[in-house]
Amino acid sequence: MKKKSRTKNQSLFARIQSFLDSQDDRLTEEMERDEEPEPPHESKLPVWGQTVEGLASGEIRFFDKIYPFAAFLLALFIIAVLLVTASRLPRFGGDSNPALNEVTERYLEDGMEETGAVNLVTGIILDYRAFDTLGESHVLFTAAVAVLVLLFDAATEKQDLLENRDYDLAGDTVFREGVRFLLPVILLFGVYVVLNGHLSPGGGFSGGAILGAGLILHSLGYGFAATEKLVNRKSYGALTVCSLCFYSLSKAYSFFTGANHLPSIITSGVPGRIFSAGLILPLNICVGIVVACTMYGFFSLYKRGRI
Amino acid sequence: MASFLTNNVEVVAIVLFSIGFTSLLLHKNLVKKIIGLNIMDTAVDLFLASMGYVQGKTAPIVENGIVEASSYINPLPSGLVLTSIVVSVSVTALMLALTVRLYHRYHTLNVDEIYLLAREEVRRK
Repeated sequence: MKKKSRTKNQSLFARIQSFLDSQDDRLTEEMERDEEPEPPHESKLPVWGQTVEGLASGEIRFFDKIYPFAAFLLALFIIAVLLVTASRLPRFGGDSNPALNEVTERYLEDGMEETGAVNLVTGIILDYRAFDTLGESHVLFTAAVAVLVLLFDAATEKQDLLENRDYDLAGDTVFREGVRFLLPVILLFGVYVVLNGHLSPGGGFSGGAILGAGLILHSLGYGFAATEKLVNRKSYGALTVCSLCFYSLSKAYSFFTGANHLPSIITSGVPGRIFSAGLILPLNICVGIVVACTMYGFFSLYKRGRI
Repeated sequence: MASFLTNNVEVVAIVLFSIGFTSLLLHKNLVKKIIGLNIMDTAVDLFLASMGYVQGKTAPIVENGIVEASSYINPLPSGLVLTSIVVSVSVTALMLALTVRLYHRYHTLNVDEIYLLAREEVRRK
């Protein structure tokens, strides 16, 4: 059984093609055949009607009685502590709050000169604190890998069939035509947000999320087979890993030269131009690629068990 | 009590946080627990963002070459909120993937039933 599914996964594209070519009756036949046999590991499990009831009457009942009260009291206690804290916080929006210290002053007054970014938040997260953002990108990448590990096993034939039939909007003409109109606008806006991250509100994370939403919309409207021409497992891995490696290496170079007061080949340029702000533009593109791929990867993994 | 009126954003954040925390504790459904945790994330983001706000000042995007610290809000909490959002997305995805695996194995989302079924499974081995 396992061997069979593995060979099927390998010739994924050919399989989907053959699905599209073949008639509906073959699909229904496979559906019926798939619904019949129970997965083998299920038979080992107890039937959870009576067994669970029997156990619940014995051991878990006492815990069940105590737990809601204890949880409620704990929640009340935490709410009370937090409300007391809130009543002693400095006034909301006051301009002498302790959060406005010399660090903030330095960021605001010298940020544009030192980083070249007009958008000071981008200047902070991709220049002063670029190491933090590198960690964030790796967190996203690691989460995608973990989800891949967890859900890839669950890829069964049944899910393939569901992808083609039940929850697929690809056959819906209205939806597909809507996607045809919306998709270029969404992708263009995403690219704009990524590229202008250092000049206007936006950046790699928000623009990447928009691009990922565009990819998801495309895969819903035209099916995963069409989206796989752009983002498949190979290009997914290549894009993400190349982006992360470029980020790490370029930032390592910039940290090395900066810490040792060496002359760097990266200049910050004229603030306000699109090719300015040193490394911030390429780093934004890297982050955007990682975020877009991860968003689409999550969706694809949850919907059909593979990228 | 008067400070609750001036600090109303923080109070809203705390109310959101407690809603999330209570649903995290009291729901037995795993997906509802994850939703509760997400609400808590949102509350923390709101709290952080409200800490950076300064009355009557604009977003920290330099306009007309004005680089005085007195004309912009604090940009640091905005950067921290970004980190928080990314981490919460990753954690949510991981938890949902684990929930999907649990559902595939035990065909239920109830925590107690999953616990009992898993224990029964161990006992039979």
